[in-house]
Amino acid sequence: MRRPDRLSQALGRTTSRRALLLGGVQLAFAGGLALRMRQLQVDQADQFRLLAEENRVNIQLIPPTRGELFDREGKILARNSPSYRIVIVRENAGDVQDVVARLSQLVSLDEEDLIDAIEEIRKSPPFVPVTLADRVSWDEISKVAVNLPALPGITPEVGLTREYPQRGDFAHVVGYVGPVSDYDLSQIEDPEPVLRIPRFQLGKVGIEAKREDVLRGKAGAKRVEVNATGRVMRELDRREGEAGADLQLTVSADLQNYVQARLGEESAAAVVLDVDSGDILASASAPSYDPNLFVRGISVADYRALNEHQYRPLANKTVQGLYPPGSTFKMITVLAALEEGMIGTEDTVWCPGHLEVSGRKFHCWKRGGHGHVDLVTSLKRSCDVYYYDLAVKVGIDKISAMAKRFGLGVKHDLPMSAVATGLAPNRDWKERVRGESWRVGDTANASIGQGYMLSSPMQLAVMTARLATGRSVTPRLVKSINGVEQPSGAGAPMGLNENNLRVLRRAMYAVCNDRRGTAYGSRIIADGYRMAGKTGTSQVRNITEAERRAGVIRNEDLPWERRDHALFVDFAPYDRPKYAVAVVVEHGGGGSKAAAPIARDVTLQALYGGTPPLDAYPTKDRDRIAAQQRALNQPPPDDRPDGSDRA
Amino acid sequence: MSYLEHSVKSVPGGLRKVLFLNWPIILLLVSVSGVGFLMLYSVAGGSFSPWAEPQMKRFALGFAVMFVVAMIPIWFWRNMAVLGYVLSVLLLIGVEFFGTVGMGAQRWIDLGFMRLQPSELMKITLVMLLAAYYDWLAPRRTSRPVWVLIPVLMILFPTFLVLRQPDLGTSILLLTAGGGLMFLAGVHWAYFAAVLAMGVGLVTAVFQSRGTPWQLLKDYQYRRIDTFLDPSSDPLGAGYHITQSKIALGSGGITGRGFMQGTQSRLNFLPEKHTDFIFTTLAEEFGFVGGLSLLTLYALLILFCIASALAARDRFSTLVTLGIALNFFLFFAVNMSMVMGLAPVVGVPLPLVSYGGSAMLILMAAFGIVQSAHIHRPR
Repeated sequence: MRRPDRLSQALGRTTSRRALLLGGVQLAFAGGLALRMRQLQVDQADQFRLLAEENRVNIQLIPPTRGELFDREGKILARNSPSYRIVIVRENAGDVQDVVARLSQLVSLDEEDLIDAIEEIRKSPPFVPVTLADRVSWDEISKVAVNLPALPGITPEVGLTREYPQRGDFAHVVGYVGPVSDYDLSQIEDPEPVLRIPRFQLGKVGIEAKREDVLRGKAGAKRVEVNATGRVMRELDRREGEAGADLQLTVSADLQNYVQARLGEESAAAVVLDVDSGDILASASAPSYDPNLFVRGISVADYRALNEHQYRPLANKTVQGLYPPGSTFKMITVLAALEEGMIGTEDTVWCPGHLEVSGRKFHCWKRGGHGHVDLVTSLKRSCDVYYYDLAVKVGIDKISAMAKRFGLGVKHDLPMSAVATGLAPNRDWKERVRGESWRVGDTANASIGQGYMLSSPMQLAVMTARLATGRSVTPRLVKSINGVEQPSGAGAPMGLNENNLRVLRRAMYAVCNDRRGTAYGSRIIADGYRMAGKTGTSQVRNITEAERRAGVIRNEDLPWERRDHALFVDFAPYDRPKYAVAVVVEHGGGGSKAAAPIARDVTLQALYGGTPPLDAYPTKDRDRIAAQQRALNQPPPDDRPDGSDRA
Repeated sequence: MSYLEHSVKSVPGGLRKVLFLNWPIILLLVSVSGVGFLMLYSVAGGSFSPWAEPQMKRFALGFAVMFVVAMIPIWFWRNMAVLGYVLSVLLLIGVEFFGTVGMGAQRWIDLGFMRLQPSELMKITLVMLLAAYYDWLAPRRTSRPVWVLIPVLMILFPTFLVLRQPDLGTSILLLTAGGGLMFLAGVHWAYFAAVLAMGVGLVTAVFQSRGTPWQLLKDYQYRRIDTFLDPSSDPLGAGYHITQSKIALGSGGITGRGFMQGTQSRLNFLPEKHTDFIFTTLAEEFGFVGGLSLLTLYALLILFCIASALAARDRFSTLVTLGIALNFFLFFAVNMSMVMGLAPVVGVPLPLVSYGGSAMLILMAAFGIVQSAHIHRPR
């Protein structure tokens, strides 16, 4: 029997000692772990709890329904119509290629979109729906719906898309929406998160853009719980959004349709105002374009065609187009002189065909001159010399100030894109902007609406409405928002001498109704509907002395872009004005020939609230007008019943 | 002939042995495993399948194995040590050829009814062999260089095989447990000081070799070390696991979010939530209180093992019990350090709690040996 020796015992003691030491180390380590646990779970718990919540909770926005747009009679101008799209979920589809192949037998799928979609399917988690086809027709979507059992993972979905049933007729007033671009985001300070929803649409042009604030509405939101791969597990809570407000415009769709059709393919603009309320009853700019093209995403070729067109269909010429007002400005010049008391209404001026102003010859449009002319005659026959003479006496600053009182050279506050200010120049302006001093010759030019003078058709219509009423009417485009009537444009009396205005109106009446008036050819003969107006023909080129001696080249012989602009402004009925109209035909030639007939037709259409009877027209014109009415009443060939066709 | 065999008469025999089982340890094992079942039930979303039920079955089997092993006298196990070691080494070489690839490493052999991880078996048989070696070795030779070299080779050979799999976590555990046992056996401290110095040199070499043709570790192992050193450097990539694990732990707070209410684990933000990262689920759902409780159970298990070892009268019993306790400690210490962001993610499960067959069975068998040593000690 072997008893443990001393060495063994010593070793045993060493082992025991070391066991206790190691045990101690182990306990100390466990204590260290406990401290670490305390640090994470007690000291930093709040911070980690927040991170865990951030992990699990996702906020998803519910896009609001956009407000719709109506005309003054309640006709729809912009609506949200259902659009169908086909969506695939990979995890339910099994063999994606196979399903897509079967789907393409039912629906025409765009080759390029499809390649993008398949790439997107490959990249996204299996539960994320990917759109295969957008704006699918009802026929195709029904075919897909019937065949759903053979198409695993495919779902037809319905969404809302903007549609403009009035197409080109309201393109410039209503504008259009389009997908939010990076550029849009960069333009907005602190953009709302809703703008980052894929496919969300934003007003780009016109009312859609300018009243985006009320049309868009407020996005709702739902909080959902997601897992690590982003799959939604359940909805935690939701806050409903607020639909955008519906807008009713002052424009009458029927009148607008007519005006747009009457302008036809000319490069022209026309505005109809209610002289009392300032309501814009029509605001037409031709040629136009189909805003629905932009909603879908316009093709590069289509866009280039629109953008490079000589007649600038994308521009809203009623507010954006600036033209020398020409003779339509003469009312302002004469009124400035009358209000200053510098002339009497009966004073006459001798017109020999030109006037020499500080050594330079200023010509009347009539080479032989008009002889002795008074106010009414000068306006009726559009004598230029009378106004040169007047303007030199009154001075530009008075004329410019009067122009501004009539809304020329003043930016009207309208919810339209690119509203131009125009220009009613004065001494100060020229010195400030041009760095040159004002010359008397500039005043002569300005007096007949040439030279630096620039105004838009909308401004001319406002000027005419103010002349007709003597009140500072302002234009109004939005009649009501969500049924709440907006402030009227009716203005306070301008404080002008009513006698002066009366003479001026009588002169404008003579323009249209006197046998020697420049617009006599475009008169209205129906009693109680007669109009008062003024023609304007504004030069876009200088006529040299040499040309004058050889005989001024006729408009027909010039290239289009060098021809004169044709303008016409009028109000009617003469005795109790209701409507003010302004028409500009770009490079249309003479105002009496190109612009006045359009303005007369538009005025009659407004007065009668529809197609006017032929006996409102002069007898010899009736056959021609009848033919014109028949042509205009035919629906345009491209007027399809709805927008469900795919571009 | 050892002192032990002469004392057989004073050792309990037959069914009386049951009375001498170390009941506190059994109670702790059941408690810890119970925590495991609860957590596996929770991470499965409140279901016994796919993890809790198989785990319970394995625990039942493991419990039976422990009981059988405990009934067999400790000197039988001492005599089996060499055989067990050789068998383990053969299995380790076997996995090189017949092993199943999992997570980029050859680690297990499919035995049909279970997957055996030879490296798990190796941890226990290495401890048994070293304990048997020092039981056999004459005390005066304990610190002689030749007799120190032999156990060093015994440790390094399997460590090398495991590292080749490559399983960095287990090889570090083998090295540490083996070295710990030599320390307990009473080898002179100077050796350890020397090894420690060399260890520092080796770590330097490991990092210096990176990117050279003689690179010592696989790229993914380096990356794991990188992410450990700075988890925020790649929060969605390799550092994701540690970051999410810390979020889960921290969000548990003091009392936890409630049973089955842990959002991090329920919504799959936690990686390998049923195996290596199960502790985070526990800490998330039961908070600081829950985590501390499990840590206390583990600590008590270690303490009872040390107490049992100190009471033993022969070297084999003492050393094998201490060695198994040390192994167990290394398991949970490395796992917890890992999930708390104190150690790199090396793939070490939480003992008795993580889902896993061979680890559970082998641990229960190991505690069977602890029990056997406890029962068969002379009284």
